[in-house]
Amino acid sequence: MVVKVISSAEAISEAVKLAKPNVIPVYPITPQTKISEKLADYIANGELDANYIRVESEHSAMSAAIGASGTGVRVFTATSSQGLSYMHEIVYAAAGMRMPIVMADANRAISSPINIWNDQQDSLSERDSGWIQIYAETGQEAFDTILQAYKVTENPDICVPTMVCVDGFILTHTVDPVSILTQEEVDSFLPPFKPVNAYLDPADPMSLGTLADPDYYLEIRKDLDDAMQRSLPLIEEVGKEFGDKFGRYYGLLEEYKTEDADIILIAMGSICGTIKEVIDQQRENGVKVGLLRVRVYRPFPKEAIINAVGDAKLAVLDKDISLGSGGALYLDTKSVVSNEVHGFILGLGGRDVTPSDIVEIIEKTESTSSDEIKWIGLRE
Amino acid sequence: MDIDAKEYLAPGHRGCAGCGATMAVRLVLKALGSNTVAVSATGCLEVITTPYPETSWEIPWIHVAFENASAVASGVEEALRSQGKEDVNIVVFGGDGGTTDIGMQSLSGAMERQQNIIYVCYDNEAYMNTGIQRSSSTPFGASTTTTPAGTQSFGETKPKKNMAMIMAAHGIPYVATACASYPQDLMNKVKKAAETKGPAYIHILQPCATGWGYDPAKTVKLGKLAVESNSWILYEIDHGKVNITQKPANKIPVVDYLSQQKRFRHLDEKHIQIIQDFVDQQSKELGLLE
Amino acid sequence: MVSIGAAVKDPGSTRKNKTGSWRTFKPTKSEKCIQCGICYNFCPEGCISQEIEIDYDYCKGCGICAEECPVKAISMERE
Repeated sequence: MVVKVISSAEAISEAVKLAKPNVIPVYPITPQTKISEKLADYIANGELDANYIRVESEHSAMSAAIGASGTGVRVFTATSSQGLSYMHEIVYAAAGMRMPIVMADANRAISSPINIWNDQQDSLSERDSGWIQIYAETGQEAFDTILQAYKVTENPDICVPTMVCVDGFILTHTVDPVSILTQEEVDSFLPPFKPVNAYLDPADPMSLGTLADPDYYLEIRKDLDDAMQRSLPLIEEVGKEFGDKFGRYYGLLEEYKTEDADIILIAMGSICGTIKEVIDQQRENGVKVGLLRVRVYRPFPKEAIINAVGDAKLAVLDKDISLGSGGALYLDTKSVVSNEVHGFILGLGGRDVTPSDIVEIIEKTESTSSDEIKWIGLRE
Repeated sequence: MDIDAKEYLAPGHRGCAGCGATMAVRLVLKALGSNTVAVSATGCLEVITTPYPETSWEIPWIHVAFENASAVASGVEEALRSQGKEDVNIVVFGGDGGTTDIGMQSLSGAMERQQNIIYVCYDNEAYMNTGIQRSSSTPFGASTTTTPAGTQSFGETKPKKNMAMIMAAHGIPYVATACASYPQDLMNKVKKAAETKGPAYIHILQPCATGWGYDPAKTVKLGKLAVESNSWILYEIDHGKVNITQKPANKIPVVDYLSQQKRFRHLDEKHIQIIQDFVDQQSKELGLLE
Repeated sequence: MVSIGAAVKDPGSTRKNKTGSWRTFKPTKSEKCIQCGICYNFCPEGCISQEIEIDYDYCKGCGICAEECPVKAISMERE
């Protein structure tokens, strides 16, 4: 193990290199490009033996990923924002065809207006696609999660693709110390991929991507949902196994000072670092506030959330919005708990989220009981 | 004719009686043999051959969507290469919509990257799977459900996109046109494409009884009329060299081809002359006419 | 029970679907047949053998074989 001071983009690239994928189809888009450039570097310098496909669009990146995964090899790709939206149709196909693909998404706002900065609208808009979605808070977690993602997604009982989401720029372009596992350590955790479900091989012909009529479609979709549900305990198990081996434990959620909290903030991604600092200050002032960080967003960990929130007032922070309704995490949370839930929209298009914004959220949650969605950080 | 006795596309598929697409694909597969992976774009062929839980395919086959078959094939190719299986043929089947319209971008990308794949367009000159709508491969004058002939319309107003030449402009080693009515010519071209290192593109004119409006027994006949009237010219561009592979024995006027099809039945002499002039011009460009 | 991702691991299984029931006109071969193989090449169902035996389980009765036969050895008759 070595510690490198690197960005999350590089941390993801390091993890991918250690996972040894055979095929990497990618298309450039800010702020994901740091990942695909780094992987190209590794290949150019003989550090990674993978076939890199310089496809002509994200739509083709995911299409080639399915082609390669369907042929029975380990695949990686990465995207962001418009790129993810552009591949939307094929994101659904990858899940429907049960292709064990791992993709990194550098979370970025969606047009229009065009905006290259961070929010989580891109991946949240893919929440119904049948992909496992895991949101990392730090570069270290991004590194660790890529390795865990392969182990979960390639499990023959699961075969559901996984999206590892990291906040664009905030994580992808800022550096932090990251412990890099050795190849031996990774090999002891992540075995080589052995396709069981799908492999295009003239010695054993199969047809992938068939037409299912109303007699079958419903059952096939249910089968995918069942696999998603089965992945929850597996994600926990793999997170624990990773912790037992390497000392860093991961679950579906991270609970921070929630036990006695009157107010629990619920959020995903890098914003949780800021929230934890504010909680520490508020605790010094006697405010009993905690954080529930949702790490695994799909499948949605209903039971774990219900168990974690007790009867606290909840404030859900969304860097996304289902326009005309509310934030995605807010809506999901409200659907599983009976607590008082406040929804906050913030940070869209890279608007800075400051500690005072978090304080404002805590105060508003304390002082009001309205269930109106509140926007934080708007200029007058 | 030297032909593989094995069937790689099983019967029981849901193609219309007299289907030109399965006729062509069956011959292509016989030319390639069992060491082949097929990729299909969404379209007639995909729908009629893989009604879950059945498949007509005797070889490995994958379909993902309408516009991305070339990209899927790129992934298949790189994965097979990484497994050391570089000897496997990879053939893509796309209809004219899936090739000349919605699949153009991914096809251009795969050709430009010099992926070692054989792309076969089965061109029935409209979106037949969705009910005979016009594509960019629909010829001048054809009545389709989105270019219907009417009191103010004579059908499609633009000439057919010249896909083979667009592919040739990518500088790929092998491009050919073909028609299942000439099975030996078609299979020779497929074999050449398979032997070529790098991408190959074969554009097959495929008469469609349902979409063109003729007796299903005449599918082969229609292909022959297209070739004999020079409406469809059989040639190849092998490493940049153009060869006409099948010259019409007795050249016939285009009207003899058009008049056999309901989609052209509304055309008057003026429009037929425009088509004849267009066909003559194309024939000249390819050196078929002085 | 459905298969994972609707994959079909039973190659050629559309053979379960006997499309012969679609047929209105039935092709019948006479002794005029010279075994040239033209009908074999063109059959869209692949249901004529190289020995020119027609598999009526699948023949849809399109009539291409009769139309293309150079010696008119195949006749189409209403069933």
